[in-house]
Amino acid sequence: MAVPELKIEDLHVSVEEKPIVKGFNLDIKGGEIHALMGPNGTGKSTVASAIMGHPKYEVTRGRATLDGKNLLEMEVDERARAGLFLAMQYPSEVSGVTNADFLRTAINGRRGEGNEIPLMKFIKTLDKKMNLLEMDQSFAERYVNEGFSGGEKKRNEILQLMMLEPKFAILDEIDSGLDIDALKWVAKGVNTMRSDNFGCLMITHYQRLLNYIKPDRVHVMMNGRIVTSGGPELALRLEKEGYDGLKKDLGIKDETVEA
Amino acid sequence: MSTQIKPLPFDAENVINFSSNRREPEWFKNIRVKAFGLAQQLPLPKPEKTRIEDWNFTNFNYEFNGTPVTSPEELPDDVRKLIGEDEKGSVLIHQNGAAVFRNLSQSLREKGVIFTDLSTAVQKYGDLLQKYYFKTSQIDKHKLTALHAAMVNGGTFLYVPKNVQVELPVQSVSIQDAPSSGLVTHTIVVAEQGSSVTYVETYLSQSSVGEGVANVISEVYVGENARVKFGVVDHLTEGVVGYVNRQANVARDGSLQWALGQMNDGNTVSENMTTLEGDGSSVDIKAVSIGSGSQRQNFDNHIRHVGKATNSRLLVRGVQKDAANSIFNAVTKIEHGASKADGEQTQRVLMLSEKARGDANPILLIDEYDVIAGHAASVGRVDPAQLYYLMSRGIRKEAAEKLIVEGFLKPVVDLLPIEGVKKQLAGLIERKTR
Ligand SMILES: Nc1ncnc2c1ncn2[C@@H]1O[C@H](COP(=O)(O)OP(=O)(O)OP(=O)(O)O)[C@@H](O)[C@H]1O
Ligand SMILES: [Mg+2]
Repeated sequence: MAVPELKIEDLHVSVEEKPIVKGFNLDIKGGEIHALMGPNGTGKSTVASAIMGHPKYEVTRGRATLDGKNLLEMEVDERARAGLFLAMQYPSEVSGVTNADFLRTAINGRRGEGNEIPLMKFIKTLDKKMNLLEMDQSFAERYVNEGFSGGEKKRNEILQLMMLEPKFAILDEIDSGLDIDALKWVAKGVNTMRSDNFGCLMITHYQRLLNYIKPDRVHVMMNGRIVTSGGPELALRLEKEGYDGLKKDLGIKDETVEA
Repeated sequence: MSTQIKPLPFDAENVINFSSNRREPEWFKNIRVKAFGLAQQLPLPKPEKTRIEDWNFTNFNYEFNGTPVTSPEELPDDVRKLIGEDEKGSVLIHQNGAAVFRNLSQSLREKGVIFTDLSTAVQKYGDLLQKYYFKTSQIDKHKLTALHAAMVNGGTFLYVPKNVQVELPVQSVSIQDAPSSGLVTHTIVVAEQGSSVTYVETYLSQSSVGEGVANVISEVYVGENARVKFGVVDHLTEGVVGYVNRQANVARDGSLQWALGQMNDGNTVSENMTTLEGDGSSVDIKAVSIGSGSQRQNFDNHIRHVGKATNSRLLVRGVQKDAANSIFNAVTKIEHGASKADGEQTQRVLMLSEKARGDANPILLIDEYDVIAGHAASVGRVDPAQLYYLMSRGIRKEAAEKLIVEGFLKPVVDLLPIEGVKKQLAGLIERKTR
């Protein structure tokens, strides 16, 4: 089987007519883990939402393909079934729908009619993954994200990732709000996904996550585009210096999307 | 402005003959005759913002014979599924108003519990019944209550004596399948002081009815310190015009829970009314409904706080699809003297189509100072953020919407105490949202 590839070229995204992302390029192959960093409000989540197909985000230029297939022409659910996953910075709550029903519907949606996952197999898999994430069994029967703490929501995103086994995952600040132990469990979860058939883009502000999930590449975003890329050492440098040194090097005074 | 009063398709002689055929005692016959007079004069109810003048509430056949069955095996499949496997549960099944199957457990009988159809109750327990018949609801409320008292042709009487705890749910299933039939059923549930009971009633009409009528009144009396849970699944077919009136009175420290699954396919006027008469009494009402097709419905939920430190919670959730039109009224009334009363109501309407109409009207009427009262009402569409979230996991739009709608209506499904009825409501929701 060919190694999967997520390719984003010259992506421009507007929100309510306002240009936010301006020429974003990225190429991730199966087996690779990339980190996307950058100051607040520079367009990281906007890239993620646009690739996933959030209706509020309008792609005005550029291309995004998964294994050569044009993602931008697909509906949100089609993108997911094509193998894309986004762990959201702010996951929604869905009252009255249990986590288990939600996951089973999602899995069966991918597998298609007549090929539904046997119930016992589903329960066993769910049990196993919840154990690994140190999630209490009661979370299976709780309504999706309703009343979950910030950290519990993040773990629930990773649970979905592990259950759905996509080809590519974008994890938007999966480390925010996690305590030290939860960060380890989440990292363990992501690391079990590592294989040549899985690529990952992690949006984060902190080096700490990268200690647990080692990235192959680190990119920094400013003004709605990637301004520099490097190896894991780039994240270490940012952790020490903040963004000022980098901005000086690149001659950027204002890193926001307005500039 | 005067409204034209259409003549009723029956006359007093019909009413008297009907009563005689049923071998009813004088007092009951007299109520019928008096009510018939009222039904000729009184106006229809005036549900807020719903025009019902041209709905057929009065033209129907009212006299039927049921075919008794001796064991549940002889019942139609969908009815058998409702009552489940549990032979020990107490069940009463009516067909076009006539009781066709009854099971009351030996132990409940020994404790003095009465559970029987109305016409048996009228004959055997007349004195007791008379104490409760039309005592929480009123015959002269309007034309439809009067018509009901004149033409009643079915119903259930459940009486739980003082301090008796009924552990298993008691269930009544009503099937309407006779062509052009009018189901006029009167249910009375009495829980005497310190007792407790869970009662679930299901109304099913079949397509064989065609154009029909259902005029349903249920009266609930919750005695001092008694606990009643009252579950409902209504599913009348498209051609059946429904008038549904469920009323309760709760005495000191008594508590009542309503779980109403209102899944009619035809035009419906529903009045649900609870009076918290005694100090410290409470009511919890959860009601869900789906409007579909070109159906018009009016749901009136009314709570009256009379006693001190009374507590009410009302949650109404309605889904509107196709070209359905529903009005949701909720009234929380706190009477003078009901100090420390606490009443809260929430009504949410979810619109699934551009052509559907839904309207939620919250009303608080407060006549006392030292109280807490709150309301929330909203009419909205499926939250795009939720839809996006579910779809981002690969769930198709229609399936995602369905999950959201089922979740929205879950609060009542969760409360229904009988697995078969729970499944039935879930199935109806699934069918109606398809
Ligand atoms: N739905 C939206 N409506 C209005 N403005 C938006 C919307 N989404 C993003 N923006 C704006 O676009 C800019 C980039 O936002 P984005 O969320 O992509 O930043 P980010 O890099 O993810 O920031 P952070 O690190 O704080 O999460 C911000 O100025 C933000 O206010
Ligand atoms: Mg962000």
